[in-house]
Amino acid sequence: MTGKSARAAGRGPVVQFTEVSKIYGHGETEVRALDRVSLDIHPGEFVAIMGASGSGKSTAMNIIGCLDLPTLGRYSFRGVDVGALDADQRALLRRHYIGFVFQGFNLLARTTALENVELPLVYRRASSRERRARALAALEAVGLSDRANHAPSELSGGQQQRVAIARALVTDPTLLLADEPTGNLDSARKVEIMELLVRLNVEQGITIAMVTHEPDMEVYVTRVVVFRDGRIVDEHPGGRSRIGGVA
Amino acid sequence: MIRATLLMALREIRRNTLRSFLTMLGIVIGVGAVIALVTIGEGATARVTADIGKLGDNLLIVTPGGDRRSGAFTAAQAFKREDATALAREISGIERVAPTATRQALAVSGNRNLRTQVVGTTSDYLDVRAYTLAKGRRFTDVESASGGLVCIVGATVARELFGSGDPLGVSIRLDKLSCEIIGVLGAKGQSGMGQDQDDLVLLPLRTAQRRLAGNDDVNAIYVTAKSSHSTARVKSQIESLMRERRRVGPAAPDDFRVRDMQEIAETMSAATGTLTALLGAIAAVSLVVGGIGIMNIMLVNVTERTREIGIRLAIGARAREVLLQFLIEAVVLSTIGGLLGISAGLGGSVLATRALSLPFVFLPDVLLLAFAFSALVGVAFGYLPAHKAARLNPIEALRHE
Repeated sequence: MTGKSARAAGRGPVVQFTEVSKIYGHGETEVRALDRVSLDIHPGEFVAIMGASGSGKSTAMNIIGCLDLPTLGRYSFRGVDVGALDADQRALLRRHYIGFVFQGFNLLARTTALENVELPLVYRRASSRERRARALAALEAVGLSDRANHAPSELSGGQQQRVAIARALVTDPTLLLADEPTGNLDSARKVEIMELLVRLNVEQGITIAMVTHEPDMEVYVTRVVVFRDGRIVDEHPGGRSRIGGVA
Repeated sequence: MIRATLLMALREIRRNTLRSFLTMLGIVIGVGAVIALVTIGEGATARVTADIGKLGDNLLIVTPGGDRRSGAFTAAQAFKREDATALAREISGIERVAPTATRQALAVSGNRNLRTQVVGTTSDYLDVRAYTLAKGRRFTDVESASGGLVCIVGATVARELFGSGDPLGVSIRLDKLSCEIIGVLGAKGQSGMGQDQDDLVLLPLRTAQRRLAGNDDVNAIYVTAKSSHSTARVKSQIESLMRERRRVGPAAPDDFRVRDMQEIAETMSAATGTLTALLGAIAAVSLVVGGIGIMNIMLVNVTERTREIGIRLAIGARAREVLLQFLIEAVVLSTIGGLLGISAGLGGSVLATRALSLPFVFLPDVLLLAFAFSALVGVAFGYLPAHKAARLNPIEALRHE
């Protein structure tokens, strides 16, 4: 996966679900978390995946993030059939092309913001100087350069989530996956985080897929996909569909 | 990558200093115990060998009785004085010969007494056994030949019977025999076997045979060869001469033994060496126990840090990289424990050897081995927890509270 192939693959959809099903258990206890879902996410989009809990949105998110595999159907990420990859190859896909932001921030405790942001670069075998420079730049981009040496416990929830976003950004991912990024925040912080994500989407052209159950988030995105009972039941343009929408 | 992982491991260990220390304590004690016990054991072996070596590597001891543990031993007849003179006369490689007739006796002077060993011998005994005279003189030829009533006392006997007083010229009683002290031996201290070499009284051989033993038996003959190179040759010459003099048939086994100091030293160091190996093995068991301690804590660690592992897997760590991280943490723990154990072991053995007045023997290969073993323990007992960490499902790990 060189940078060249990344650009070459950039024309088609980043994420392509073709009749994807995820089935847990067998026979009578069988549960279809996803039921023949087809979905494309194109470069530059900011897609909100909505639905109540149990609707299958988290399962979809795990599959998009290459953390899980479909039971049936085909998932291709940047044109690569993920179902054909082993765990290590999927780890490499995540390492090079996907950034994760979680609801619970998931920062390493007792580790400074800077070290948290540097972590993905450790696995990319970047030199310590390069790691530091890029991590500082990412913290700058989320407006936290003055908090680089603070541990997560010394930061507010909004600041922690911005550190987590910086960690997702530091590798220049093709796709940013945000799982309820505003779930643990008050409304002022929610706006702050959403505006940051929009800025990254507009200014850096990063494709974003965000799972949320909050309908107010629609205004920030270019497209909304609604899940219920493992299927897509609704799909409509978001509040920014005209500004940064599908090319 | 390895360097970054090492730094991460060190940070993780520093983050929980007390727990890390307790985790490695087992290894510290194990390595320390192995090193201390082996060092002390080697010191004891060195001391024994050195003490026996001090007797001289040209010394041979001829005793009646075969090599067998039972049977022939009691039947073997004692030597006579003539055997000793024959050895000195017939074998040119011999420097000195000291026949001895030894028995226990009660030494009495005034109101003090002491049970001691009385050795009837010749003046050559002092040279053969490397005794010096602190005071007085040796037996004269006349005293030796006629069985004079004179004796030379060891340092312990002199101290016990006379304290700080001068024993020269005083008469003491040995059982029913009365004799005048003409000399005091210089102190030699304990032998390698822990015997007090100064607890003895020397009499002229004839005096001891006639007045104490009531026979003319000689229990042992001490012989020194002219050079240490010729010791082996002298030994075989003694053997053939003695077989001839004692009329041992061509097919019959020897009814006497000729032992050199090297033989005795080897026996002794083999015994202490076995003991050292045994102690070292027991201590090594505690190393394994220390390894189990590391495994236990690392397992707890993996459970506690499940979420962290989930994060690492999500941002693109491969299973083997997570495995490596936890393995390195375990190995770093155990090797730091190993280094602490080495310093503890060295410190302990310096103190212990000083307290036991043994020589301190520095054993670099034992240190290296103990260190390598502690690293190995880290790998062996760190593998299971690390494997457990690497096999976690990232989705479940991220959900873990």
